[in-house]
Amino acid sequence: MANALPAIETLSSSDPLNGRIVEFPPDRPLVTDGGGCVTPLTIAYQAYGELNAERSNAILLCHALTGDQHAANVHPLTGKPGWWDVMVGPGKPFDTERFFIVSSNVVGGCLGSSGPSSINPATGRPYGLDFPVVTIRDMVRAQAMLIDHLGIDQLFCVAGGSMGGMQVLQWAASYPERVFSAMPIATAPKHSSQNIAFHEVGRQAVMADPDWRGGRYLEQGVRPEKGLAVARMAAHITYLSEPALQRKFGRKLQDRAAPTFSFDADFQIENYLRYQGMAFVDRFDANSYLYVTRACDYFDLAADYGGSLAQAFKGTRTRFCVVSFNTDWLYPTSASRAIVHALNAGGASVSFVEIDSDKGHDAFLVYEPDFIATTRGFLEAAAAARGLPRAEEA
Amino acid sequence: MNAPIFPKSAQQRPVRLDLAAVAAMVAPGSRVLDVGCGDGALLQLLADTKQVDGRGVELSQRGVNDCVAKGLSVIQGDADTDLRDYPTDGFDYVILSQTLQATHHPRQVLVEMLRIGRRAIVSFPNFGQWKVRLSLLAKGRMPQTSTLSHAWYDTPNIHLCTIRDFVDLVEALGAHIERGVALDHAGAPIRVNAPWWVWNLFGAQAIFLLERDAPKKIS
Repeated sequence: MANALPAIETLSSSDPLNGRIVEFPPDRPLVTDGGGCVTPLTIAYQAYGELNAERSNAILLCHALTGDQHAANVHPLTGKPGWWDVMVGPGKPFDTERFFIVSSNVVGGCLGSSGPSSINPATGRPYGLDFPVVTIRDMVRAQAMLIDHLGIDQLFCVAGGSMGGMQVLQWAASYPERVFSAMPIATAPKHSSQNIAFHEVGRQAVMADPDWRGGRYLEQGVRPEKGLAVARMAAHITYLSEPALQRKFGRKLQDRAAPTFSFDADFQIENYLRYQGMAFVDRFDANSYLYVTRACDYFDLAADYGGSLAQAFKGTRTRFCVVSFNTDWLYPTSASRAIVHALNAGGASVSFVEIDSDKGHDAFLVYEPDFIATTRGFLEAAAAARGLPRAEEA
Repeated sequence: MNAPIFPKSAQQRPVRLDLAAVAAMVAPGSRVLDVGCGDGALLQLLADTKQVDGRGVELSQRGVNDCVAKGLSVIQGDADTDLRDYPTDGFDYVILSQTLQATHHPRQVLVEMLRIGRRAIVSFPNFGQWKVRLSLLAKGRMPQTSTLSHAWYDTPNIHLCTIRDFVDLVEALGAHIERGVALDHAGAPIRVNAPWWVWNLFGAQAIFLLERDAPKKIS
């Protein structure tokens, strides 16, 4: 079936920073939910492993808010392992010796895919806020164009956590026949008021920085680093659990025996957050931060289906494995249960597990043996159902 | 939420004759919901021998992980609170294997089961067995037998009943018993035709196939 897909004239290239790059021609624009149009559309991605002859072993990994395509390779900017290094690689649950694994930078992002820092062909300058506001569905549309380009008809699995999990849900709803199995992890079927509130704090911090310049900072040779760092500091708190924060930092002082009665970073937690903020601005674009947070805020899958989440998944044959973490208060287990209930109502094949972890929302990014075992088991069973060879045969 | 409601003694038994007896009541190719599915042994058996489209609900993370690793579709959940989310008539059979006595609201659980599926299969330890009766009578202590192996202070079995108690409850729920079988302590069916009171005296466990009564026609 893959051969029946229309041939698309695209420009493909690669570089160390962005990985592989595909640029879609002007007759293949991305028309966004907001009525905008991105053309030419550029998508940067990484691929690991080999696509089999039947093109049936492809997995799409969807990254979270500030993630990128570098899931399982050393990050070109930070020099650190990829964001899902614990899960992706030879012999790992997303086994690169068995599966062809694609990880793309979302549209609106800042590491090679079209986004606010891309050059607007109409002006020759960076888009800035002239880039159309994109939604989770727009991100998924762009991914589907990439998957078409790669000649893949059906993905064996679409997996991702947090904002990546929203993309997984959107994939399953928009393209049910193209998703054999799906793993929405630590995610929600819609952004809650609290979720939107935290994102708004981050955006206001960026826009309050004098160096933001109405989004035109790139042309003026400045960057709103302070605002973006504050946004990251606030967001980072939401990724961790209160007990873990208390255990790791408590009220411990930073390199001093007593408080200095000043506004220095007396406490270790202050020092830690400042470091997180500063490290973030080195690798992320402030305008992109506005766009990706906005995409999450607009996400409400049920709203696209007459207010019924069950309707979004009606008649689905996709195998689902929904995972939450008990100390995740950003996208709590109750949000995952809402997804499970909707899938159950439609009689879908769904597994659900709440993993015990004290790591909060970020638990899906770190080594959690139970999560790894669940993922391995789910993929193994799905592979058997899909007729893929078992691990030892591959 | 952490303690499995599925009794440990039953979970750890390698081959379970009672599971085979439950499976014998299920029509091939049907849709089955196994509530309190433990490590998925029954769902696996039903998938292998009856080609059922099976789903499970299990309280313990360990049990869910084991099930998912076997390729079974299982949801972490609680029989007492989560059955209400399942659609009416979503399944052909809803199975509750050795779990009824560990629920907080056994009657409500049965009502939900008979809503979700027209048929329900329920197995439970029989508190009316002569050994249990004798133990209480002779020793004056809470009975501990092979099917009821916990001490009174740490048992997950908070709503024990006898076969006769159960039969009465089924009638009150607007359902009837299609089939029933009493099992000995090893889980093997007692293959005798006998009245209820005999089963109630000699059965260590019982399995019942229930069917929702047809709605009464209004003429």
